[in-house]
Amino acid sequence: MRYVEAFASPAVVGPALAELRRALAPGRRYRLMEFCGGHTHALYRSGLIDLLPAEIAMVHGPGCPVCVLPAGPITAAIDLLERDASVVVATYADLMRVPAGRDSFAAARDRGLDVRPVHGPSEAYALAVAAPERRVVFVAIGFETTTPPTALVVQRAAREGRRNFFVYGQHLQSGAAIDHLLAAVAGGRLQLDGLVGPGHVALVVGAGFFAPFAAKGRLPIVVSGFAPFDLVRALTLLVRQVNAGRAEVEVAYDRAVTWDGNRAAQAAIDDVFEPRPRSVWRGLGELAGGSLRLRPAYRAWDAEHAFELRPVAASDHAHCLCPSILLGERAPLDCTLFGRACTPARPLGPCMVSAEGACAAVFHAGRHLLQRAGAARTESPCAPSR
Amino acid sequence: MRTIALSHGAGGSEHAELLRRVVLPALGIDDGAPLLDAAVLSELDGRPVLTTDGFVVQPLRFAGGSIGTLAFCGTVNDLAMLGARPLALTVGLVIEAGLDVALLRAVLCDLGALARQHGVRIVAGDTKVVERGKGDGVFVTTAGLGVLPPGRVAPHPSRIAVGDVVLVNGALGDHGAAIVHARAGRSDAAEVSSDAAPLHGLVEALYAAGVDVHCLRDPTRGGVAEALHGLAHDAGVTIALDEAALPVRPAVAATCELLGLDPLQLANEGKLLAFVPADDAAVALAALRSQPQGADAAIAGVVADGSPLPLVTLRTRLGGRRVVARPVGEQLPRIC
Amino acid sequence: MCLAVPARVVEVHADGGGVVELGGVRQDIRLDLVPDAAVGEFVVVHVGFALARLDVAETERTLALVAAQRDEAP
Repeated sequence: MRYVEAFASPAVVGPALAELRRALAPGRRYRLMEFCGGHTHALYRSGLIDLLPAEIAMVHGPGCPVCVLPAGPITAAIDLLERDASVVVATYADLMRVPAGRDSFAAARDRGLDVRPVHGPSEAYALAVAAPERRVVFVAIGFETTTPPTALVVQRAAREGRRNFFVYGQHLQSGAAIDHLLAAVAGGRLQLDGLVGPGHVALVVGAGFFAPFAAKGRLPIVVSGFAPFDLVRALTLLVRQVNAGRAEVEVAYDRAVTWDGNRAAQAAIDDVFEPRPRSVWRGLGELAGGSLRLRPAYRAWDAEHAFELRPVAASDHAHCLCPSILLGERAPLDCTLFGRACTPARPLGPCMVSAEGACAAVFHAGRHLLQRAGAARTESPCAPSR
Repeated sequence: MRTIALSHGAGGSEHAELLRRVVLPALGIDDGAPLLDAAVLSELDGRPVLTTDGFVVQPLRFAGGSIGTLAFCGTVNDLAMLGARPLALTVGLVIEAGLDVALLRAVLCDLGALARQHGVRIVAGDTKVVERGKGDGVFVTTAGLGVLPPGRVAPHPSRIAVGDVVLVNGALGDHGAAIVHARAGRSDAAEVSSDAAPLHGLVEALYAAGVDVHCLRDPTRGGVAEALHGLAHDAGVTIALDEAALPVRPAVAATCELLGLDPLQLANEGKLLAFVPADDAAVALAALRSQPQGADAAIAGVVADGSPLPLVTLRTRLGGRRVVARPVGEQLPRIC
Repeated sequence: MCLAVPARVVEVHADGGGVVELGGVRQDIRLDLVPDAAVGEFVVVHVGFALARLDVAETERTLALVAAQRDEAP
């Protein structure tokens, strides 16, 4: 646990915060977005959000694949379970309680349909191996971090000639979301000075992947790990770039991220998946090139073909602010539904469903409650004495 | 007999045979006395305290115990959380046809051995069998009878006061983590064992040390988060925890890291949270630490004014602050 | 989907599988994407797959640098 704990300890984070404070240009304010929902969660869970200088406003980004997955595929999978008892749907635990109309995988399981949460595609594949008379459909979600594992398991199914394992491909591409953000910035709907880039997506795609976006958007991008130290370091590098008017890609996760990324993982994605002609994200709408499907060569393992899955579009609640929240235009606490009609137990919108959704992260940290309780910021070994 | 059959619950000779050859010996109550459905007990020296509990766990056996272990500890601990000394248990079994008899015997032995060890009498019971597919191996329900010694005021949420200190007797999340590994069929993957243990001895140690015990709670399902959430609400206070002070075993922390779990939301079966006046904190801590089940006892937090909104808060290791969220749904590992 | 942890490789199997260990907890994983990972090295694991090698020398260097800066600071 050394490499987990070391980068989260006050002894390491304290000096990093001091360095961040020293980097601030006098009188300057910074609007920085953390793209990845995992980063949002990390900021709140560690309490780091309370310790950042007031000059820095963190804007929460759309990098939460559970949040932006349209409800249609969930409905289609549940519908499949209702009409075909031979099917087992395996999916990530994060997806179990996502609302799809009035339904969800968890509700489907409660009424006896065979939905199984799994830790990953290998576990779904093992289900298929263990039960040859059943047909296992793995609902594959996630950005580029998660796509290579799915690809590898599809390749394995093909190699082993397994006929009772299928993938319902719902993987997303980060680039499409970043393009969407840059368009919002260019269109004046979103004001951003810099972007904290997704560190684990970068393990696969490489830090260099973000260079064209930094150049095109004239926006500094620092790829960050998920430990508090990494985040503070990323913010420091961004602040320095903003001060100097630079717009480059840097890395605050050198211990794992490389410029080129993981070529084998990229090759696996490319072998198994291709972009869909149409891609609609929940909350964000149409995103060109945003979603992936299995290539024709792997049609035999493609659940959409095997079962004629037909996702039905569902609209979100009228007062749901997720489309704006996902883009960072509005904040979770701006939403009238937040914490009242919409909670993690009864989520109305995508941002509240996954633990990494911006609304969920804010809710779980109890920011609204702390606000209502009038709680003051706590003295900390990491904050300067006032 | 190798497996349980429906006839074993039918009330006839097979049923009697199951009791005589398996259930009663395993529970340690095969003294040959007539089997009755109820028991007359001696008069109590103090106020009676009664609890009932149900146990459903998969798998039935796991590192550190079994459903039988939980049935004893869970029931006795419910009594102990009210300051009561455990006296007697009743045991109700609903067994699924097809259950392996050796497995049934083993889990009942766990229950019987603990009862014997701690001088708690199993005074009555009931056994039913349901069809295969209608049960999960075996469900166990218990009733527990205890006695509140004369003069002792029962711990209760209403006695929690602003300024009270919250103590915990040891590391959090062991049971939940053990179950996670057991469910994956990988009990060998980690040095994690259920912490299931009876806590009445620990409670007596607190009273013996003269501690004014305001409230006790065992953080079982939903972990410390759920237990404290309920208490904060019931008592109308804010409970402020200190993350750095909460003991968590490295293997449990690693399990949580690998699977995206929160140790504050994992079940414990041998832990208590004790609310005592600040002046009693040092003595209480020493009393807990003097017992084997309290060796890693720590001060977990303090009670603060709960207006306008009672909360459970956590001062993070970095010195930030967040609310400890109430667990929602079944805690399932996340990937994100 | 971001939850990935650094863990130490303790077994490498011929078929691309392996076992990592973190804080005394062992987990079966796939090493297909970091095929030259060796026992004793650290990898970053996500949904049961190693995605990258952790550069231990770089990591220790970073930690040492932070420690040095902390000790120097007034």
